Amino acid sequence: MADNATTPLNAPAPTPAAANHAALNVRNLSVFFGENHVLKGVSLDIAAQAVTAIIGPSGCGKSTFLRALNRMHELVPEARMTGDIRLFGDDIYAPSVESVLVRRRVGMVFQKSNPFPTMSIAENVTVGLRLNGIRDRRLLAERTEQSLRMAALWDEVKDRLNAPAVSLSGGQQQRLCIARALAVQPEVLLMDEPASALDPLATSKIEDLILELKKDYTIVIVTHNMQQAARISDFTAFFYLGELVEFDVTTKIFTSPVKKQTEDYVTGRFG
Amino acid sequence: MTAPNHHWRKFKNGLMQAVTFLCAILVVTPLVLVFYHLIKEGFSSINLAFFTQLPKPEGESGGGMANAIVGTFILLGQAALLGVPIGVLGGVFLSEYGSSRLNWWIRFAADILNGVPSITWGIVVYALMVVPMHTYSALAGGSVLGLMMIPLVMRTTEEVLQLVPNGYREAALALGIAKWSTIVQIVMRTALKGIVTGILLALARVAGETAPLLFTALGNGNWPHKLTEPIAAMPLQIFAYAIGPYNDQHRQAWAGALVLLLLVLSINIGVRFLTRDRFQRNV
Repeated sequence: MADNATTPLNAPAPTPAAANHAALNVRNLSVFFGENHVLKGVSLDIAAQAVTAIIGPSGCGKSTFLRALNRMHELVPEARMTGDIRLFGDDIYAPSVESVLVRRRVGMVFQKSNPFPTMSIAENVTVGLRLNGIRDRRLLAERTEQSLRMAALWDEVKDRLNAPAVSLSGGQQQRLCIARALAVQPEVLLMDEPASALDPLATSKIEDLILELKKDYTIVIVTHNMQQAARISDFTAFFYLGELVEFDVTTKIFTSPVKKQTEDYVTGRFG
Repeated sequence: MTAPNHHWRKFKNGLMQAVTFLCAILVVTPLVLVFYHLIKEGFSSINLAFFTQLPKPEGESGGGMANAIVGTFILLGQAALLGVPIGVLGGVFLSEYGSSRLNWWIRFAADILNGVPSITWGIVVYALMVVPMHTYSALAGGSVLGLMMIPLVMRTTEEVLQLVPNGYREAALALGIAKWSTIVQIVMRTALKGIVTGILLALARVAGETAPLLFTALGNGNWPHKLTEPIAAMPLQIFAYAIGPYNDQHRQAWAGALVLLLLVLSINIGVRFLTRDRFQRNV
């Protein structure tokens, strides 16, 4: 398996995930913002029900990669992509596929927690359902509890579900955003540095939560924190200057990487 | 440590502080003077009759401005019906859709429209509505005020929507919420206070317009009956009384001006009250 990580980028993607089936197959993905070639021919398979970490220095394209997985990069007007991404076999860029539907299957949690300030805690959790036409109160209440429990927030907020979401602490707000993303029952959860704005205690809660969630979900997480990647991920992809340098089982990346660039980065010699 | 020009520098600082303070006082002075004068001249003429009775024929004393007060509210209602939806949706387009080049031109046009003298608006609507309809009308008066509101409301709506952090848009879109739902339920809801504030300020701004109404609403000594007839409005009544020959008319004009100012002031105070922050810090 490890040898695959050294193959050229146009060759079949490395498959460290061979044991599991893949949730996402990315082939030859390039993303351009106007004249900027931000991602260059990235191919990799993301294992289902596992945590895949994306690491690399700022500007290496890791956030762009993450956003290409649920078509969020399309919010930038001059963005365009080539290549092929399959979500459990479905081409998410097929002309007949709406980005709205892709995003319901591939949820996202952002670096800065962003609960909607006009809504209560419960309303925030169910917003994705309500604005897609679900009115059944019992279902909404059920999904609220279920999502908040999965996000390990239920016990802290069950007595004040109607309180404004912004009354929560920073770490609680981020877990609320995770609950909000889970409530629409996505298959994949993308996390863009979800703990980088949190204190160590809140961070460790988020990390525990991620380990819990991977039993049911496929998780792709961008992180600047090497220790975090080592602690929580099963697979790690190292990006540099828009290219996928190395992709392998996390322990391999952090103990015996094949590429010198990877070793330099994970040991803190650059980046 | 004392530099050679220490005293000169200190003097300059003091001087500039004094000059800026003086200018700040000059900003407030007209408001105080206007208020003082209006209360002095107009307060004694404000009574129940002023709010409940029609104007008396020329030369007779007594009577009131009830029809003009009602007329102003009818005109403002029409103006809001025309100006609010177009202004708000135009602002949504500028903030949430559109290309930067197109938006530049739209903004440019709106800013020029905001600077067009109000009498010009009056002449335009006179040509477009009064002449074809062969009559001055409440409809024309409401339309001219509504047209004037559009660029005002559009620009303030755009500005407050731009203040909504992009993170909320992204969060909503990432949940698979459609763009229009995101705009209405997330972005506009977050900026609702700001949008309403912009609408109220635009209403306050056009409430006192006189020149465009001279060409459109014309004025009327009776209660409003139909939208296709000339209608009374406070600014018109104040204008007519102020240039009239009788002392009693002058007193009523002062009183009308005071009531109109209080109306605008109460809208502004309402806006202040509305924009008081509770738990929303972002917008």
